[in-house]
Amino acid sequence: MDVALLARLQFALTIGFHYIYPPLSIGLGMVLVVIEAIWLLTKKPIYHQMARFFTRVFGLVFAIGVATGIVMEFEFGTNWAAYSRFVGDVFGSALAAEGLFAFFLESGFLALLLFGWDRIGPRLHFLSTVAVCLGAHFSAIWIIVANSWMQTPAGYHVVLDAAGRPRAEITDFWAVVFNPSSVDRLMHTIFGAWAAGAFFVLSIAAYYLLQGRHETFARATMRIGLALAAVASVASIATGDLSARLVARYQPEKFAAMEGVMEASAPAGLHILGWVDGANQRVTGVEIPGLLSTMIAGDANAAIPGVKAFSPGDLPPLNATFQTFHFMVALGTMMAGLVICGLVLLRKGRLFRTRWLLWIFVGAVVGPQIANQLGWATAEIGRQPWIVYRVMRTIDGLSPVVNSSQVIFSLVLFTLVYVLLFVLFLFLLNEKIQHGPLAEDHPGEIGHRA
Amino acid sequence: MGPSPRITRAKSATGREGISMSLDLNTVWFLLVGALLAGYAVLDGFDLGVGALHLFARTDEQRRVFLNAIGPVWDGNEVWLVTGGGALFAAFPVVYATVFSGFYVPMILLLVGLIFRAVAIEFRSKQPGARWRRSWDCSFAIASVVSSLLMGIAFGNVIWGISIDATGEFAGSFAALLNPYALLTGVTTVALFMMHGSIYLVLKTEGDTQEMVKGWVSNTIILFLICYATTTMATIIFRPEMTAAIKASPVLFALPVMTMLAIANVPRAIHHQRFGEAFVSSSCAVLGLFGLVGVGMFPALVHAWEPARHLTIYNASSSPKTLWIMLIMALIAIPLVATYTLSVYWIFRGKVKLDSTSY
Repeated sequence: MDVALLARLQFALTIGFHYIYPPLSIGLGMVLVVIEAIWLLTKKPIYHQMARFFTRVFGLVFAIGVATGIVMEFEFGTNWAAYSRFVGDVFGSALAAEGLFAFFLESGFLALLLFGWDRIGPRLHFLSTVAVCLGAHFSAIWIIVANSWMQTPAGYHVVLDAAGRPRAEITDFWAVVFNPSSVDRLMHTIFGAWAAGAFFVLSIAAYYLLQGRHETFARATMRIGLALAAVASVASIATGDLSARLVARYQPEKFAAMEGVMEASAPAGLHILGWVDGANQRVTGVEIPGLLSTMIAGDANAAIPGVKAFSPGDLPPLNATFQTFHFMVALGTMMAGLVICGLVLLRKGRLFRTRWLLWIFVGAVVGPQIANQLGWATAEIGRQPWIVYRVMRTIDGLSPVVNSSQVIFSLVLFTLVYVLLFVLFLFLLNEKIQHGPLAEDHPGEIGHRA
Repeated sequence: MGPSPRITRAKSATGREGISMSLDLNTVWFLLVGALLAGYAVLDGFDLGVGALHLFARTDEQRRVFLNAIGPVWDGNEVWLVTGGGALFAAFPVVYATVFSGFYVPMILLLVGLIFRAVAIEFRSKQPGARWRRSWDCSFAIASVVSSLLMGIAFGNVIWGISIDATGEFAGSFAALLNPYALLTGVTTVALFMMHGSIYLVLKTEGDTQEMVKGWVSNTIILFLICYATTTMATIIFRPEMTAAIKASPVLFALPVMTMLAIANVPRAIHHQRFGEAFVSSSCAVLGLFGLVGVGMFPALVHAWEPARHLTIYNASSSPKTLWIMLIMALIAIPLVATYTLSVYWIFRGKVKLDSTSY
């Protein structure tokens, strides 16, 4: 098999699996901050019990995030050595900054968050939780900066190294950090992560309500989860809109592929769903005429550059970009609808008795996870055939000394290890959920130990 | 010892006298990356050593005490490696690219080793079953030994020299990476970490368990000294250029002397019940060894079989601008990192007590 395809598959597998966990750390981190803040303010033991329970879950999520994250730090060097040589001067700094400013903060205070309950007071514990949550967000900042530089490179110039090979060097650090897409993409990613955390706790709480267990705990958790999910859903949609406009401006080929715009220069409609025949550059589907032009240019007759305006060699896979994007949007919309239903029923006082909706909430835990994965797939597939947009092609970024049998070896190994890890994660998570919040964490209430 | 390529100091490649320690930006980054990796070896070194000794513990409770001795800190310790990797990528991207792609299979095995080490710590005590715990105990121990061994092998190759072609790419083979010198440094690393880990355990345990791990300290010190002496002999005989800097500036001989004194002080400190001092001594020994390697290698980061192709702090570095930016970041981060690290070790000081939050 082709080493380029294998290396890409491996990167997709390792980043895709890893990316289940950091959004949960970010989102659950937010939930924990909220819970502990309420506990400090109200002193109600139920919030202490909640914090202890979700801390235990957080520890499990974090451990797998760390274990799978270390692979990412080294995989650029192992599989993408030519890319690493080319971008090290620019891209390496962001990864080093992540270690210096995010990971040390996060891991240092994690120890206090997980093991410090009996060693430090509630205020210091709250500060530790805030620090861990901040650390998780800082980590996202630097990774999004690095990735956004690959999407919309800025603040660099290309020079020849001693061996006569081109390489990118920083000319303006702040232009690298605040490259055209980094802020909007960061926001969109963070809110996606909040949604992942919110729907995660909603799922557990809804399950307890359906089982008739830990009801006080579950109701309080539902309220916090719904509030965070509402913020995250609205903000995801708003920042998603900003991000899409940005793509239209800075990466028009990607935008054309995402929206299924084919004609080189014509007013474009908005596809609600469809199927793109990449070979013939044709799209069939449900379309609202002129709406895309209206959204982007404010005029239904404004021309939007389509796929045919670009050289076929510079286009991403059209259908994959279109479908991942459309499924992400569809999921985002459904989750927002679900949150609205939840809030309305909560206000009417019927939420905790509406079993069908609670069942949907149990299953909806996968919604933000899939949407997050699809969003990244859109961003990365849509950037092809470039590894650094319009600067370096993916095919030119590979390690020259690594052959396909080596990548098959590592790909098979990572697949087996990650399948094992995922099964164990689900098993242990289920154990923790079945076990439930501990009675001894809540002196005022008799627990419902299963 | 297999093919024995000649290595001399890369004066021609850099246009500089090899051992002139003028403190330029590239040298600062040599020291900073070195400090990150040395910090990693001191800190995660004892975690890996505890892992390597894990199966020698007799009871389930002892094993839990071991895991909880490193529980609050191992994750932060591993960050030193992650940040070291990031710093290497940013400051010396050529080394990052050449070494990591060249050492492909060992690197992948190291990553898998570190994954299993991490999840074994987290998973082991989540279930009471004997088989479950036994499996994770084995996985924790094997992963710790394999990770230490592979890191030592990588270091050995960097000193011994690897085949690098005219474009700076690795031109060797997996088999060549498993040369006797690299295997020796690999085993020495495992022994070093076991010694360091056993001393950490003396610090964190009490009663019968502490008496047991005290015995381990004596054994692992002997094991380490045998490995260390052999590695030193092999280095002096086969890679005499590693001693050139000390020959040129004899004052640097203080470094190996201090390293030996630090190791010699460990049994003495333990005898006098000064366990903190024993641990500090052991940490100094680890730092001393790193210093020796650094002094021997400078200004090379990776030895090539042909001296003109050594990857040095000059031909493998990022632009001065990037090194400056990174230096500013490092200067901002160092006090922060020192604060977090010292606070965590301070708050979790003393003997391990198993409680509701323990593994």
